[in-house]
Parts: sequence; structure tokens; C-alpha cells
Amino acid sequence: MVNLENESINVPTEVAEHLRAISDPEIPVLSIMDMGIVRDVSVDGQAVFVKITPTYSGCPAMDTIASEIKFALAKAGYLVEVELILSPAWTTDWITENGRQKLEEYGIAPPVEESADKLALMGQSKIVKCPQCHSTNTRMISQFGSTACKALFQCNDCLEPFDYFKCLK
Amino acid sequence: MNDQLYQYLLLLGDNPLILGHRLSELCGHGPSLETDIALTNISLDLFGQVRHYFQYAAKLNGENQTEDDVAFLRYEHQYKNTLLVEQPNTDFAYVIGRQFLFDAYHLPLLEQLMASKDKQISAIAHKSIKEVKYHHRFSSEWVKRLGDGTEASHQKMQTAIEDLWPFVAELFEETPLEQAMKEEGIGADLSQVKEKYDADVQNIFELAQLQRPDHQYTQSGGKKGVHSEQLGYILADLQYMQRAYPNMTW
Repeated sequence: MVNLENESINVPTEVAEHLRAISDPEIPVLSIMDMGIVRDVSVDGQAVFVKITPTYSGCPAMDTIASEIKFALAKAGYLVEVELILSPAWTTDWITENGRQKLEEYGIAPPVEESADKLALMGQSKIVKCPQCHSTNTRMISQFGSTACKALFQCNDCLEPFDYFKCLK
Repeated sequence: MNDQLYQYLLLLGDNPLILGHRLSELCGHGPSLETDIALTNISLDLFGQVRHYFQYAAKLNGENQTEDDVAFLRYEHQYKNTLLVEQPNTDFAYVIGRQFLFDAYHLPLLEQLMASKDKQISAIAHKSIKEVKYHHRFSSEWVKRLGDGTEASHQKMQTAIEDLWPFVAELFEETPLEQAMKEEGIGADLSQVKEKYDADVQNIFELAQLQRPDHQYTQSGGKKGVHSEQLGYILADLQYMQRAYPNMTW
């Protein structure tokens, strides 16, 4: 059994391997396991039952992810059923530590905890670190970005614009 | 099938459906790249929420109905959206005004629905509210920015609010369907939604230096299927593919 670091979702090892190979088509560097999209997996002989949850209601990647899970597991000889569940609603807390690192390496700033920085307490915006030069001197360009889960930022030091993965609680 | 629950799901889904469509019309036409992306992102969130309501409705209905049937194959009088959300995209102040006046309602509505006895409605509300908080932040920021901006932007924002105000009261008019659902513990209590709405709107208008319109004239009918001429144009566009090529799929 594989226990995801951030919480207790047990995924049988033989299936976890296959699931870890599937990525979010819009953030190819992140597996659906690291994203916290996979909520429950049960294996009964050759039958696998997978529950997934959407990051955002309108996420257009969900249908693709569901069919990729079916395809990958069917190829490995399983009978697969995938169910989309809404409750409990997805939060960025479910992105694993590994996932956050990969996001940053890929050039997307991982979500920042609102309570974790002092500026938020003083009513100012939170500090988002530039994934290129790691400067904290950044500004938000747009609350909404290239996909539902991202906002657009720019670094004031290296001037590079970058995506920020919005904190969703 | 529980027809009341089915009808209530349509009532909940039609507002985000029609507003989502209005916002999608702005794709590529927003006043700036950032606002264009924001409005279409909000549109996408709303469509996602609609899909949850309509998938549930189609499942209740059985008879091989799909979410697409619910969305595309009804006649005008069968849509239950409020008149507010079908109002056209005239200028940016109207788009923002319409969005804020809806978001300020949508947020407390979902808060109520989170406590619904119907597990699926409650799950949809828990999911949607996170997105709607973000929409509210966006629209209220813009109301403040335009209202408390230049003389011209203030004037446009005030005019938009004045023109849209007659459609606000309908949001809180309780239809027999809503009353029945409330009594069953499934639906929202609109009087409580209104309390939060009034406080929120008052607060944002003050910060934005806007006057809350005092005219008493209101217009309603959407929830009962009596729409303004605007919905016909929307449906002509929205339903075209399904009407021209019945049962088509992507």
C-alpha cells in the first residue's frame, strides 16, 4: 500500500504505479496522485474502482483524466470503473510536497498558505516567490490565468511573468 | 421521479447557465486581456457548476436523458433563470455590475445550500462556493475600482447599477417551488440570503462611492418562465447545434 504523504489515502501499490504515470494534461509535470485528484482506490481481484475529484467544477481535463485512468489500467489487465465525486471538495492542501516541488521546478509558483505570511495579516497581498529567481518581490498581473487553477504574476526583479497556482480552500 | 426536486435543480442551474453563456460571448472581446481571461474563466466555472446540477437532474429523470438534453432541448418558457442574468453585455460597467449583483446573491445562496438535506446538492454547493468566493472578489474589486475611479467610470458604474437594479428583487421572490423545497430542508431560505445580500451590497457600494438606487420599480418573471426578449437571442445561439444536428456529440 502506498500512503500519500499529505493524508491517509491508501492506494494499493500495484495500481499506484499505473496511476502515478498519468498526469494532468494541463500541467504535464504533475501526476494525478501528486495533484490529490485520486480520492479512493479499491481493488477486488481484477476489478478496480477509482474515485476522482475535480480541481475546479469546470476543469476540462477531468474527462481526459478519467479516460486515461481507464485506458492505463485496462492495458494492465484490470476491469476499471471511474467515478467522479464532489465531496469533500478538492483543496490545494491535497497537492503533495513532491507535487509542490515539481510545480516550482516547472515554473509554476505553488499555492501559498494565507495564514503563513505576515503581510496577509496586515491586509496586504501574500508573498508569492518567483519560480525563476526565487525573489519575493513579485506582483499579481491578473487574478485569473491560463487555466482555472492559475493566476498570472510577474517578478519585479527578473521581470519574468509566471503562473501562480491559486490557493483554493 | 421527484418532479419538484428536478424542477428545483433546473432553477439552480439555469442562472449559472445563462450567465455563463453571456460571459462566454465576451471571449476575445474583453476590454483588456486580463479581464477577458477573467470573465471567460468565471464562465467556465459556472458551466462546470451547471454540469453538476444537470447531470444530477438527468439522472433523476432517467429515460436516457443527458445533461445536454437538459441544457439545450428546452423551450424558452421552460428556462427558469432570473431576468438579471440574461441582460446583455452593453459596456464593461454593466458586465461588472451584473456580475457583482449576481455574485452577492450566489455566495449566500450556496452557503444555505451547503446545509441542504439533499447530499448531492450539498456537495455541489461545497464545491462551487470556493469558486464563487473568487468571482465575488473579482467583481467587487472592479465595482470599487470603477465606482471610486474617475468621474467617467463612476458615472458609468452608477448608471449600470441603476439600470440593473429593477432585476434584483426577483432573486429573492419566493416561488411556490422554492418554498416547498425550503420546507423540505432541501432548498435555500431566500429571506436569509437577502439579509446577507443587503449588507454586502451596502458595504461595497459605500466603498465604491455608489448610491444604492432608491426606485421601487421592479421587474420579474424569469423564474416562472416569463422572460425578456433577450433570452430568445441567447437560446438561438446556445441551442443552434442541437437543433440543427439533433443528438450530435463532440
